[in-house]
Amino acid sequence: MYISGYGILIAFIMFSFAFAAAALILSFIVQPKAPGKLKENTYECGMKPFGDSRIQFDIKYYLYALLFLIFDIEAVFLFPWAVSYNKLGLFALVEALIFIGILILGLVYAWKKDALKWQ
Amino acid sequence: MHELYMELFNKLGIPEIFGEITWPIIPFVCVAALLIIVVLFLVLMERKVLAWLTIRKGPNRVGPFGFFQTIADAIKLLIKEDIMSKDTNKILFTLAPMIVFAPIMVIYGLMPFTEKFVAINLAAGLFLVFALSSLTTVGIVLAGWASNNKYSLLGGMRSAAQAISYEIPLIISVLSIAVISETLNLSDIVDAQSGGISYNILLNWNIFSWNIWPAFIGFIVFFICSIAEVNRIPFDLPEAESELVSGYNTEYSGMKFALFFLAEYSALFIISVLMVTLFMGGYLSPFNGYLSNILFQNIIHNQIILNIFVHFEQAFWLLAKTYFVILIIMWIRATLPRLRADQLMTFSWKFLLPLSLLNLTIVAIVKYLLNTGNI
Repeated sequence: MYISGYGILIAFIMFSFAFAAAALILSFIVQPKAPGKLKENTYECGMKPFGDSRIQFDIKYYLYALLFLIFDIEAVFLFPWAVSYNKLGLFALVEALIFIGILILGLVYAWKKDALKWQ
Repeated sequence: MHELYMELFNKLGIPEIFGEITWPIIPFVCVAALLIIVVLFLVLMERKVLAWLTIRKGPNRVGPFGFFQTIADAIKLLIKEDIMSKDTNKILFTLAPMIVFAPIMVIYGLMPFTEKFVAINLAAGLFLVFALSSLTTVGIVLAGWASNNKYSLLGGMRSAAQAISYEIPLIISVLSIAVISETLNLSDIVDAQSGGISYNILLNWNIFSWNIWPAFIGFIVFFICSIAEVNRIPFDLPEAESELVSGYNTEYSGMKFALFFLAEYSALFIISVLMVTLFMGGYLSPFNGYLSNILFQNIIHNQIILNIFVHFEQAFWLLAKTYFVILIIMWIRATLPRLRADQLMTFSWKFLLPLSLLNLTIVAIVKYLLNTGNI
């Protein structure tokens, strides 16, 4: 077998995008095309749309993104420990628990600072 | 399968290299067919189940019991005009549904549907599932931004905030599974759940060695988070019909909308399969050994035919468990109202995240005590 494992994965990613693209192209061929001025307006419940919608967005979303990064990296660090749990033994278990403890402290800090509050 | 395919090339007299290169097409076609059949059935099932729960009839015109309703809908969506408003970013607007849909299709390839039906069997399978599933969020944000519509942008941003908030408890609850079975290969995780807890009769049933028992808190967290990850009621804020007019897909129509729709239902199915694989023994039967082995071993003496029976039985168990989970998710949809945005975020960060960390700690310590023989 020349193509196996990650090769098939890459092939799958390409084929999946091709599948989605093929569906769009097929529909592009068979669909009727009747553009109109009103049809091409942005939908805003029938009102005339005003202004651009690409505005500066609320800071609170970025706060959550920062928290997400911290905890996601934590999870990535814990995966190798989890997979080789038996080989690493007690020392690694204690270390992992300390690591989780530090992150819980961080969560408590964010909680007390009201960073988790959706305003 | 691979040998059969190569034999075909040998018989036709085409050089083997072409067979090797074109081989990945075969598993992909199988997976694609599975996905489409599943989605066609799932949409009908959802409409029927919701109808029965609210004492209605549901679709019942097209075919027997409305069986061809979804096919009719799909054809309608295919030949609908694709309207693109003049303010959209045309390239990103077209790219977004593809980015939402394609990763989910790849995840179908990574799942062990039966012992043999795994298109991509990798050591880091579980890791890749999460890596690919978070790509979907990128597509949704892109759809919201490219639409240049206030509802879409709000829906897209809400979706991103929700997806990243619920992904962390999800991954940490899955970490406890990695601790229990010490592997990230999904087939090996399923195999680790066989055998029961003792050699006694009844206690050697597979159901007792499912991961759901040692990691029960993790299962609860995973269940809630997976409903949030596929944006379903009560966590459907990104596409709240009544306030955001379907959120990120307000501007979409025709086939592009169909791709979002397809992605949503295939994600619902695959996250249920993942839940069953991780916590409920995947394709294993809940009993000790397979029923077809027990029932037919005196009638059919051909081992190959018996193996085919076992193969179908594995698929049956996986689908039975999966549709049970999906039924519960649909039941929840019919029962609960939608959460508020602040409740949604608070629930994840202040309740589910500490709970999943607690689960991981308990599992890790209990496993150590079991290994050393202190319990």
